[in-house]
Amino acid sequence: MSANATGSEASSAGESASTTADGRLRADLVLEYPFNRTTGEIIGAFLTGLREGVIYGVRTSDGSIMAPPTDYDPNTAEPLTELVEVGPAGEVKSWTWCAEPRRQQPWNHPFAWALIRLDGAHTHMLHAVRVASPAEMRIGMRVEPKWNAERQGHICDIAYFEPVAG
Amino acid sequence: MSAKIPKPTALAKPVQLPERIANVEQVRSVRTPISLNYDFIPGQAAQAYLTAFGEKRILGQRSPVDGAVFVPPRGVDPRFGVATTEYVELPDKGHIGSFCVTQVPIPGRDDLELPYISAWIFLDGADIGFIGLVGECDTADCRIGMRVEAVWKDDDQIAQTAENIKWWRPTGEPDVAFDQAGGRGFAARQAARADGTGHASQPNSANPASQ
Repeated sequence: MSANATGSEASSAGESASTTADGRLRADLVLEYPFNRTTGEIIGAFLTGLREGVIYGVRTSDGSIMAPPTDYDPNTAEPLTELVEVGPAGEVKSWTWCAEPRRQQPWNHPFAWALIRLDGAHTHMLHAVRVASPAEMRIGMRVEPKWNAERQGHICDIAYFEPVAG
Repeated sequence: MSAKIPKPTALAKPVQLPERIANVEQVRSVRTPISLNYDFIPGQAAQAYLTAFGEKRILGQRSPVDGAVFVPPRGVDPRFGVATTEYVELPDKGHIGSFCVTQVPIPGRDDLELPYISAWIFLDGADIGFIGLVGECDTADCRIGMRVEAVWKDDDQIAQTAENIKWWRPTGEPDVAFDQAGGRGFAARQAARADGTGHASQPNSANPASQ
C-alpha cells in the first residue's frame, strides 16, 4: 500500500496566498462544515411543503398554530402531529434593515429581514423582504412570498417576501 | 428478571401528512453548510515558520522556562504564558507519538485514499507533536514509537503553506521505546527535570537518532 495523499491542515478550497503591502504573508482561509441535517417528520413535512409551494405550520396543545413548525410543543413537550396550511401572505411584526449584506445573504444590495406572521399562524417566521429602502418597511404591512421556480425542499425555496400590491 | 419497560407513548403518535404532500417524496434531510471565510495573516512566529518551511526547513521555538521545544512555533509557551523568542531548527525526522487510521471519507478530501493514517509526529528535538499523514506504510505496521522521515513535495511545488510535506515514511531505524514516545516521553523528561536528574537543555534526548 502506498498513501496517495497531500496536505495536512486546512482545506485549500479557494485558497489564494499572497503578501501584504508591508511584505507579510497572507492567505484566504475557508473553514467549512458541510452539515447534512436529518429533519425529522414535522420539519421534513414543512420542507416537503415548501418544495410543493405550500407553507405548513403545526397545531400546538393549546390550539395555536406555530409556523414554521417544531416537532414538540414548546410548553408541554408533547409531540406535535397536526400540520395546518398557513399563509402564504402574512403581516410584518418586526423588521430590521440590512444595509451591508454579507456573502450568502439573499442579495448583494440592501434589504430587510422581517419576522412575518403568516395568515392563520400565531408565531412568526424569519425571512427576507425585498424593498428598495427602509422607508418602504413598516410594522403591520402585508407581504407575500415569491417562490423560486425550481424548488428542492429548503427555506430558500421561498426566494423572498415582497409587499402585497395595492 | 424481565421488567416490562413501558413504550414511550410520547414518540408513538404518527404524523398525519396533509393530502397535498402525502403522496410525494418526503424531504428527510437538508444541507446546511456553514463556512467561515478568513483573511489569514500569521503572527510573527508563524511568519518565520512558513517562510522557513518554504525553504524546506522546519522551525520551532524553545521555552525560556524549561527548554521545551514547540513546533510549529506560536510565539508563546502556553503553559506559562511567556513569550518564546529563541528559534530552533529541527530535522525532518522523528517518531510517531500517536496515530489514527481513518476508514471513512471526509467531504471535500477526495484526494485522501482510504484507509489513511494521520499521526502526531514528534520531530527529534521537539517536545510536542507535529501533525501529518503517514505513507509508504501498511496500516497494520504503523505503531507508536516508529521512526519516520518527511517526504517533501517536488521543489517546484514547495511554497509558504502548511502543505509542503506529502507524508511521513518509516525509516526502518529501531523504534523509540513506548514509554519514551510522544507525550509520554515529554512527561518522562518533565519528571526527570523535577527530580534534578534530567537534562532540560536536551529535550527529547531519548531518541536513538539524537544519542
